[in-house]
Amino acid sequence: METFDLVAAPLRSLNAALHSLKGQETNRTEWEVLNPRGAHAVATGVDAPVEIRVRGSTGYYCGGMNKQATIRIEGSAGPGVAENMMSGAVIIEGDASQYAGATGRGGLLVVKGSAASRCGISMKGIDIVVHGNIGHMSAFMAQSGRLVVLGDAGEALGDSLYEALIFVRGSVKSLGADCVEKEMRPEHFEMLEDLLRRGEADGKARPEEFRRYGSARRLYTFSIDNASSY
Amino acid sequence: MCGIVGLFLKDASLEPRLGALLTDMLVTMTDRGPDSAGIAIYGRPETDRARLTLQSANPEADFPGLADAVSRALGCEVSLRVKDTHALLELPADRLDAAREAALAARPGLKAMSAGERIEIYKEVGLPRDVARRFSLADMGGTHGIGHTRMATESAVTTMGAHPFSTGPDQCLVHNGSLSNHNSVRRELRRKGMAFETENDTEVAAAFISERMQAGESLGDALEATLKELDGFFTFVVGSRDGFGVVRDPIACKPAVMAETERYVAFGSEYRALATLPGIEAARVWEPEPATVYFWER
Repeated sequence: METFDLVAAPLRSLNAALHSLKGQETNRTEWEVLNPRGAHAVATGVDAPVEIRVRGSTGYYCGGMNKQATIRIEGSAGPGVAENMMSGAVIIEGDASQYAGATGRGGLLVVKGSAASRCGISMKGIDIVVHGNIGHMSAFMAQSGRLVVLGDAGEALGDSLYEALIFVRGSVKSLGADCVEKEMRPEHFEMLEDLLRRGEADGKARPEEFRRYGSARRLYTFSIDNASSY
Repeated sequence: MCGIVGLFLKDASLEPRLGALLTDMLVTMTDRGPDSAGIAIYGRPETDRARLTLQSANPEADFPGLADAVSRALGCEVSLRVKDTHALLELPADRLDAAREAALAARPGLKAMSAGERIEIYKEVGLPRDVARRFSLADMGGTHGIGHTRMATESAVTTMGAHPFSTGPDQCLVHNGSLSNHNSVRRELRRKGMAFETENDTEVAAAFISERMQAGESLGDALEATLKELDGFFTFVVGSRDGFGVVRDPIACKPAVMAETERYVAFGSEYRALATLPGIEAARVWEPEPATVYFWER
C-alpha cells in the first residue's frame, strides 16, 4: 500500500506519482490518500489499473479524466468529480456536488449519497449510478451512456437529450425539452440489473421499480415540421 | 469567482475563538478571491451601547482627535480604537445616527463601514492573509460572523468595493456572483431613499434587503424577494443582529457548502474552507438547495 498524506506532501507529488504508473508494469496497485480536506484535482489524469482510496472529502475535479483506475472517495466530492472520465470507476461514499461525471466518455461513476445539479451533463458514454437524488438540469445534452437514479430527479431532466438512457426510480420534477418517458423493454431490465449490481445498489432497488426516459429525437434531427417545438 | 465563509456559533465556549476560526476559513479561500477581503463580526451587545466602524484612506490625519470631536458634538462619552485604516467608535446606542453624522462632518474623508449594537466590519484591498493581519481579526471574539474574498468582476478593486456591504443597522451581505439588473434596482431604491457608496452590484443587493426590512419585512421574506427581483448569479450570505441567512439563485452555479454540528453552523464556498473547523469530520455537511432560503437565529 502506497500512502500519501496531503498534509505532509504536496498534491502535485501525489498526482506525479500516479501519472508515472502509465504504461508501467507495477505492483504498486493499492494507493491511499490521507487528509484530502477538500483539495482540488486529487488523483486526476490517472491512466493505470490501480485502486485509490481517498480518506475524506475532496474539492473540484477529483478523478477527472480517469482511465482504468478505481477511485473510492470516503467522503463527499466537490464540483466536477470524474469529469471526462474515460474508463475505470469513481465511487463516492457521500454526496457529489455540481456536474458530477460531466462529459464522461466511459467507466462507472457511483454516488452513494445524492448528486447536485447538472449531474451527467453532456455525458458521452459514462455510466452513472446515484443512490439518492439528482438536482436540476441533469443529463443536459447527454449523448450516450446510462444515468440511473434511485431517488428523485430535479427540474428539466434530460433537456436537449441525444441518445443517453435515463432511469429514475422516484419522482421527476420536470422533463427538459425533447425528453420523454419511454417503455421499459426486457433489455432495459437486464441492463439495470447489471448497473445496480456494479453500482453497489442491488440490495437497495429492483429494476422493475424504475421508469425510463429518453430523447423524443425531435430536436437534434431537425425537421421543419417540428419548428414549433424548438 | 469569490469566496464566502460564515460561522454561527451555538456553543458559547467557542465565542472567544470566532475571529481565529473565521480567519483560517477566509485565508483558505484566497485563490477564489485574492484582490480584497473583508469580515463582519458580531460581538455580544453591551447594554445601551452601540458600535460604529469608520474607514479612512488617511488614518494618521483623520483618527487623532476624532473621539473628542464626536464626543463634543454629542455631549456624551465616546471611545475610539484604531485598527489600521479603520476605527471602532463605541457610544450610547441612542446616539448612533448622530455620531455617524458628527464623525463624517468632522472628517469628510471618512466612510462608515457598519453601525449597530453588535456589528463590526473590516475590509481592505489585498490578500486575505494580509487583510486579516492588519485588523488582528484572529484576536476578535463574537457570536457569529461572515467573511469574503473578492475577485472583482462588476466594479473596481477598491476598499469600498470589497465585501461585506452594510446598508442597515447590524445588517450586512456578501455575494459570490454578478447581478445584471443592478442599475435599475439601484434607481428604484434611490427613489425610496436608500443611499449608495459605490457602483457595485452587491451593494444593491444589500440595500434591497435593508429597504425591505425597514419596511417591516422579516429577513426570511426579504431573502425570498431577492429570488424574484434580482436577476443574475448569486450566492448571498447575509448577517443580521441575531444570526445569518443563505440564499442561492435558481440556477445555483455558484458553489456553496454548509456544515452543522452541536457547536456551530458554518458556510463555505468550498469544503476546503470548512476543513479546519473543530469536529468537522462528524458534522452534517450538505449543499444548500437552489432558490431556497436558509437562516439561523438565536
